[in-house]
Amino acid sequence: MKFEDEPVPGYPLPILPGHTSPGRLERVLRSGAFVVTSELDPPDSADPEDVYRRARVFDGYADAINATDGSGANCHMSSLAVCALLTRKGYAPVMQISCRDKNRIAIQGDILGGAAMGVCNMLCLTGDGVQAGDHPQAKPVFDLDCMSLLEIGRTLRDEHRFQSGRKITFAPRVFFGAAANPFGLPYEWRAERLAKKVQAGAQFVQTQYCYDVARLREFMRMVEDLGLLGKVFILVGVGPLRSAKAGEWMRTHVPGIHIPDSIIRRVAGAEKQAAEGRQVCIDLIQEIREIKGVSGIHMMAYRQEESVAEIIQKSGVLAGRVPWYPGRDQEIQVPKELA
Amino acid sequence: MYLMRGWSVRHARGLEVFYAAFERVLVALHPVFKAIGYQRLEKPVAGVEKLVKGFLFDCQMCGQCALSSTGMSCPMNCPKNLRNGPCGGVRANGNCEVKPEMRCVWVDAYEGSQRMVEGKQAIKVVQFAVDRRLQDKSSWLKLARDKAGADKPKVPA
Repeated sequence: MKFEDEPVPGYPLPILPGHTSPGRLERVLRSGAFVVTSELDPPDSADPEDVYRRARVFDGYADAINATDGSGANCHMSSLAVCALLTRKGYAPVMQISCRDKNRIAIQGDILGGAAMGVCNMLCLTGDGVQAGDHPQAKPVFDLDCMSLLEIGRTLRDEHRFQSGRKITFAPRVFFGAAANPFGLPYEWRAERLAKKVQAGAQFVQTQYCYDVARLREFMRMVEDLGLLGKVFILVGVGPLRSAKAGEWMRTHVPGIHIPDSIIRRVAGAEKQAAEGRQVCIDLIQEIREIKGVSGIHMMAYRQEESVAEIIQKSGVLAGRVPWYPGRDQEIQVPKELA
Repeated sequence: MYLMRGWSVRHARGLEVFYAAFERVLVALHPVFKAIGYQRLEKPVAGVEKLVKGFLFDCQMCGQCALSSTGMSCPMNCPKNLRNGPCGGVRANGNCEVKPEMRCVWVDAYEGSQRMVEGKQAIKVVQFAVDRRLQDKSSWLKLARDKAGADKPKVPA
């Protein structure tokens, strides 16, 4: 969709009444369109071109790009830097903030800094434990948890002050998000926990990988019963399995990921497992989009990012809509001498 | 190792009743505490608190006890110090992502809270960020001071 007040790439959009950020993601969500966000794997490099190359594969298929913050407790380029680079081109990044590596002093500084660089969406996470990553000898910080992080972010934005009470002169205009895992124990509490996050300031959530639509439906029913529909935008996490073996590895080694046997069997039985993995993802997306209260999907195609475009296109969820990307709105200009 | 912790969660209702009475005693003792001096009492009371709550809950002495809101399962035993519920990494058997041999303190907390009366609602309330200055201080004394102070009518200036 094209907005009439479409700015120069990298410039903020005007903030509409009832909106909290000058960002594209909030605009598209509040317009009621089915949204696609996608996760970018931050490079192990200091070259900005590595970031842009990874972003370009989503051009035309993602409304916003998540920059992970040391996901899996592995060291990569920082989410703040990835986001700041992306805003230079006009992309709408979602800056993930994990409580594992930074205390409240550093995090509040990053929220201000990110907002100053044009980052309009921030996702408040607790973060994986350091034992999961490549630096298990590191000190886990966890000064805040995702809930107190949300509260602190909202205080900065709405009350124009740090947690200490000290005033800030220009508030960060941010659309705050959180994570949810409908597939983790205790199941009956997961919707309640989402309610708590909404109470703390979450405006959108991106969920853990969904491979079990029945459980998602159950979760969404509880979310509806708690009266949360309309108060928070829910983007359901999805991703293609590269092979049955990869799926098996994920569900045993990556905390919080639940993949039913039926999915593993379906991929294992196929001649071309990677293609079947993508087809499973497309089928899941088509089922998920029909569930009441789901505002979009969050693609996590780790190390298969180039497959996102194909999956989104085949799933048809964008319904002909082309999310903004650098150059989308430029009309082809024929040089005068050739005309 | 996690034996007493489990017992406390199973007896969350009894502990809730006991604590409600204990809290009233603490608040009533405020004048006594004040006469002796909170400062002077800090060390001995914190010592006793650490022994008792350490035995029952593996208390980590954060100094701002939340047990009544966490089903009598101490949230500071969560390796991520989560104060508001479980992370997404709980294992399929209900154990911790970081310490696979330990039951998730929040799976326990949820069970405990369901046995409690007020705890059932209290677990839904957002807990503030931890004040790290209170580490190793007595939360009993803090409670007596805060509650007795708050209940008193404000003297007009």
